[in-house]
Amino acid sequence: MSPRQTTPQEVFLRGVWRENPVLVQLLGLCPALAVTNTVANSLAMGLATFFVLLGSSTLVATFKSWIPREVRISAYILVIATFVTIADLVLNAVVPEIHRALGAFIALIVVNCMILGRQEAFASKQPVGRAILDAAGTGLGFVIALTMMGGFREILGYGSFLGVPLFGPDFEPWIVMILPAGGFFALGFILLLFAWWEGRKVETVRPRHWPHSVTSEVVGAEGGAD
Amino acid sequence: MSERLPMAGQGPDAEAPPPHAAGDSGIDERGPVRLESSSVRLVGTLAVAGALAGLAIVTVFQWADPLIEAWRAEVLSAAVTEVLRGAERYETVFLTDGGFTATPASDTTDLDRVYVGYGAGGEPVGVALVGAGAGFQDVIRVIFGFDPETGDVIGMQVLESKETPGLGDKIEKDSSFVREFHGVAVPLVGLKSGRETGADGEVTMITGATISSRAIIDIINARLSEVGGAVEAFWATSPGGGG
Repeated sequence: MSPRQTTPQEVFLRGVWRENPVLVQLLGLCPALAVTNTVANSLAMGLATFFVLLGSSTLVATFKSWIPREVRISAYILVIATFVTIADLVLNAVVPEIHRALGAFIALIVVNCMILGRQEAFASKQPVGRAILDAAGTGLGFVIALTMMGGFREILGYGSFLGVPLFGPDFEPWIVMILPAGGFFALGFILLLFAWWEGRKVETVRPRHWPHSVTSEVVGAEGGAD
Repeated sequence: MSERLPMAGQGPDAEAPPPHAAGDSGIDERGPVRLESSSVRLVGTLAVAGALAGLAIVTVFQWADPLIEAWRAEVLSAAVTEVLRGAERYETVFLTDGGFTATPASDTTDLDRVYVGYGAGGEPVGVALVGAGAGFQDVIRVIFGFDPETGDVIGMQVLESKETPGLGDKIEKDSSFVREFHGVAVPLVGLKSGRETGADGEVTMITGATISSRAIIDIINARLSEVGGAVEAFWATSPGGGG
């Protein structure tokens, strides 16, 4: 097994940045493309998903020893679907305008592979506390990614941020940015920036930690030990 | 719990169901991970989880439903007041056997309905109707006010549309287009900008959103040809309604 346990901060921050569900794992792209035409919609979608992920991971980690292996996926989906239905009802009751704008995509959180993935890969194998940290980190990463998309698209497509106009009346909105095609443009651009940023860091770090002569030895040793 | 113990099946294994199927016990005693659970346990786990999930949803629903209903009523009330321009309150009437009545005998859930608006002095000012039809992207739902006495549309508001942002959604956001529906005789005729002749019933469509504009006009015309006659008949017989 691993030589040391990852620290709680690492568990939390992994989902926020280094393994961001949208920007690195490319999971949950359907809502990331479909409902991010304004910041308000992105935030509502992100927070609803955050709530569902946190609730599901907590419950799954708590009851993991009671769930028989054969029906674990069904049980996870049941838990997720319950939280999604609750989120749907609460959004409809509290912020009906946003609920109307998000439409069917709230219900589709059920099939967000990011959420089921965290249950199967993490919450079902880890203590409750770490599962909550992991869910909170991943959920926050999702909120951040969606808000970036929403900000990018709303500023260019409507010339506003959270409904507050940023430019003068002469601003000609890029309507394409709030259309479905704009979602792809925004995602591609943000992924490009993200990959460039991460790649730049790796370039500078790698020579210090892994000189070529050592790398081959380490790889050989690990391969043999297994 | 039991899955993790290397000696599962001997000590405090309360969760293992007593009646084992033949051949089951061998696996149970050997492996730390039990691969086969009894069907009873599988079904039982899911049934309990399902029941709890149902309970949770019902609890939230009990709280949320009145709020959702209140919001719907508020939206409808605001829309009726808007499209009847000057209505103080409204009354829902239902379509039964080809005629409108305020007090139908049967359950009202599935009945077609219109809203009769009354002014400050209690006099009826018009009837608000909800119509739906295909737009450019998806179904558009509009509510519009109709004056059976003059045969004019009084006002129009889009309740629901998924028209193209920036183009088709001008049917909601372009106030000059919405004003086109203030006091215009039916049947409505849509004309492109610059081709108006000044005749009754003309509506100037939005440049770049011709399909969405025409959809609204068609929805209103279709809805009136569907129930317009019944609305006029109800109007003529209702107290204070001209008859």
